[in-house]
Amino acid sequence: MIGRMLRRDLAQFFPFAGGANGGGGAGAALPVIFFVAVAMLYPFAVGPDANTLARTGGGVVWIAALLAAILPLDRLVGRDIELGHFDQLRLRGVSEEAMMAVRMVAHWLSFGPPLILAAFPAAALLQLEGITLHLILIGLVAGTPGLAAIGLIIAALTASLRSGAALSGLLLIPLALPLLVFGAGALARQDQASLGFVAAISLGLVALAPFAAGAAIRAVR
Amino acid sequence: MTGANGLGKTTLIRTLAGLSAPFVGEARCDGAVGLLDERSGLDPEQTLGVALDFWFALDGVDARDIILDKLRLTNLLEVPVRYLSTGQRKRAALARLLGQGAPVWLLDEPLSGLDTASQESVCELIIEHLGDGGVALIASHQPLDVPGLQTLAIEDFVVPLEAPEGWDA
Repeated sequence: MIGRMLRRDLAQFFPFAGGANGGGGAGAALPVIFFVAVAMLYPFAVGPDANTLARTGGGVVWIAALLAAILPLDRLVGRDIELGHFDQLRLRGVSEEAMMAVRMVAHWLSFGPPLILAAFPAAALLQLEGITLHLILIGLVAGTPGLAAIGLIIAALTASLRSGAALSGLLLIPLALPLLVFGAGALARQDQASLGFVAAISLGLVALAPFAAGAAIRAVR
Repeated sequence: MTGANGLGKTTLIRTLAGLSAPFVGEARCDGAVGLLDERSGLDPEQTLGVALDFWFALDGVDARDIILDKLRLTNLLEVPVRYLSTGQRKRAALARLLGQGAPVWLLDEPLSGLDTASQESVCELIIEHLGDGGVALIASHQPLDVPGLQTLAIEDFVVPLEAPEGWDA
């Protein structure tokens, strides 16, 4: 049952994963396009100086990843509440926590690995290489599950609000600050140890998110 | 179950389904519950076939083609759910309900949006379900051509709230 739920949730983001027809698949491409677009535009804004880009480019990658994670939030939970999808799953004995855990995995798969892959062209555009690129990749692997978890909690909390999508973005930014600080801090110090904090925060958020989001959708029903 | 709008028919159905908690007391329904309300539970971005197959797979349905044929949905399987009419969506939701195979049906306005032929089909499905030993609680403004139904007027069980002083609406 969990596998089928995951496949159905992924179909919202990837048209080839479950027969989505039309606009449903655009969700997965948007964060990646946004992420690469920021990396492409940044050198135009600050100039092509390699030292400037090397010093600031890593932080830009992290900010772009954080903002890209906001994009799929408007459809993440609220749409399925309106459709009655979660009600029907509940009637089949699936707990809200299990629904939200599956949704979190699907959400991460839709933007985490694509962003990690997109980090290669983004790093090339920002002239980042060697240890910096290495730290960016490890940081994104450790940090994007945490971003997915925060996104899920916020999407569930704001699902019943009229302007929930706009509020989601405002809420995600401060809550994701610890990930940004430690992730970008590792780049500034060229030190892998800070990424341990990123991984620890991510793990904590991933463990908490299904319960928090599950309680939120139970409350709005 | 009959009654004016706003008296709590939908709330009672959702409470019995375990989807809403009662303010006081306890609501319990023995056995699996199937719910049909105004929301189809089908992803509008997917084709009807893909959307229904998700629920059929979860429910382990063997008689997929029989159910689709019974509800005249076979020709619509390639159509995205968002392009279906209200009545076609209702029939699709009924297919999902049939596939679930729950002994207890909670139906909230099952005839709304349906043409005469579809309304007759729904009544036949309910008769078949009851004949198989199933139970159904149906909230409907329209009379159902189903023999043996007991009518519960919700007005007899609900105390309307007095409007607060100074409330003009």
